[in-house]
Amino acid sequence: MKWLYNIVEKLRPQFDEGGKFHALHSLFDGFDTFLFTPNSTAKRNAAQIHDASDSKRTMIIVVLALIPAMLFGMYNIGYQHFLATGEIVTGGLTWALFWKAFAFGLLALLPYIIVSYVVGLGIEFTVAQWKHEEIAEGFLVTGFLIPLIVPIDTPLWMVAIATAFAVIFAKEIFGGTGYNIFNVALITRAFLFFAYPTKMSGDKVFVRTEGTWGWDGGQTLVDGFSGATPLGQIATAQDPAIALTNTVGEPISFLGAMNGLYPGSVGETCVWAILLGACLLLMTGVASWKTMLSIFVGGGLMAWIFNVSGIDNAAANTPWYMHLVLGGFCFGAVFMATDPVTSARTECGKWIYGFLIGVLAITIRVLNPGYPEGMMLAILLMNAFAPLIDWCVVRVNINKRMKRATLNK
Amino acid sequence: MKISDKTKEVLLGPLSANNPVIVQVLGICSALAVTVQLKPALVMGIAVTIIVAMSNVIISLLRNTIPMRIRIIVQLVVVAALVTLVSEVLKAFAYDVAMQLSVYIGLIITNCILMGRLEAFAMSNGVWDSFLDGLGNGLGYAIILVIVAFFRELLGSGTLFGLQVIPQWCYEHGYVNNGMMMMPAMALILVGCIIWVHRSINKEEKK
Repeated sequence: MKWLYNIVEKLRPQFDEGGKFHALHSLFDGFDTFLFTPNSTAKRNAAQIHDASDSKRTMIIVVLALIPAMLFGMYNIGYQHFLATGEIVTGGLTWALFWKAFAFGLLALLPYIIVSYVVGLGIEFTVAQWKHEEIAEGFLVTGFLIPLIVPIDTPLWMVAIATAFAVIFAKEIFGGTGYNIFNVALITRAFLFFAYPTKMSGDKVFVRTEGTWGWDGGQTLVDGFSGATPLGQIATAQDPAIALTNTVGEPISFLGAMNGLYPGSVGETCVWAILLGACLLLMTGVASWKTMLSIFVGGGLMAWIFNVSGIDNAAANTPWYMHLVLGGFCFGAVFMATDPVTSARTECGKWIYGFLIGVLAITIRVLNPGYPEGMMLAILLMNAFAPLIDWCVVRVNINKRMKRATLNK
Repeated sequence: MKISDKTKEVLLGPLSANNPVIVQVLGICSALAVTVQLKPALVMGIAVTIIVAMSNVIISLLRNTIPMRIRIIVQLVVVAALVTLVSEVLKAFAYDVAMQLSVYIGLIITNCILMGRLEAFAMSNGVWDSFLDGLGNGLGYAIILVIVAFFRELLGSGTLFGLQVIPQWCYEHGYVNNGMMMMPAMALILVGCIIWVHRSINKEEKK
């Protein structure tokens, strides 16, 4: 890394006050911090602990944790595409087809990642330059999350507009990274969902049926193809005892739902990949296990209540363990709800916050067929209530300790 | 006739520096409700302008005879009478718009701008000044409504005054109207943006 450091140091004078490229100094600062700070740690015999971990390192860990879900998402994009065109049939998967599917998905997803980062970082850099602040690293994770939570057929310009909207209105006007009340990536998705509902839900957008960059365009679809996600099928089902199927009409079991080879937003389908990410987040202590666990407890409990409640629709009849692995429930629980900025901060508050997210997500799924997926709305709603939960927890604690305290009269 | 500075201030102040919607933040509710399209927004703006101006005049005429204790009731009666009048006129001559505005014409009675102007200005000023003040505040309200409705109709339906503005060609190439613009939430964000722009322009004057 020494040679890189030397290059950066050599370039530094040009970006300082009076240098040639002073106008771009925040860009330079951004890369400098990204690569080399903080480079000081506490001395071994010191009383305080100051290690090299700052918000940037934390963010990188989250990005690393997202990579399994992204890689699987890429493969699944290609898999669904070739399943729809009949090139892949179940059980007939070869290595050649596997890599072909992966390459197809890579090409399909790459523009989303680029658009999300270019738009979001562009705004971040502009604002930083304008306010003479350092560039905050907050968009690193957000930019990675956005491509993973949209359907693969959502037009890129919509993603660009939604990203710009979310970064400006959900983050910058609140004061930038660390001050936002709502999860920025979810605001992007919510904006897309409400502004362009036809491109964000239904059975047309979750499977790429056209080609990517001219590759494999114009092929005919196999008979009986349906691009509906499992939750979409549940929401539109006439028959309360619905059997979930994948795109070519084969049933989805619990294990199949865990494996994630069915249509859905890019990163949300495979539970194993998300689990891998969750392990990394929990081992490094970046995300709270309390939030995650309580979301699953809340969601499972609520879904079980609906199971036995006697409400006779497909969503209420879907077994509780299926609710937990379908759609964005896992992805939201692991990567969205645990966002340290927008979630509750007190330890007891995390239990309440997570539990209510689970309960609300399932309630929305079951009671409102207009929203097949409740996770996004549930997390955003609880984001708004997180400060209140914290306040209550702190007040209760203060009162408890006041009672315990004795006054010397 | 030379226009005095005070008159100018009374008439033009509410248009920008002292705007009832974006500075005093009054009348937000109806500003969110009627601005999906330009036409109802414009009609609403005109209706409010007429009612504020007329009720300001009437209250200003009566201001020395109204007992202080029942002044709110007197003001309400005057405003309600005028609102009913406007409502009937709209139903007679612009039935479609009246239906689109539905309850919001009736709810002008409760619009904070009206009571605010009556209490703050007409009760203690002359007839001519009160008239100008009502006109200015009504127009200040109408301007914001029209700006918000312009963006909401253009981006939400691709039309202006009901006429197609965004060409069919765009839709064929994948452009989609923004459904968020049809929701009151987006109107609030737009009002927020207008306030943002307004404040940044007038920053120096405030200090």
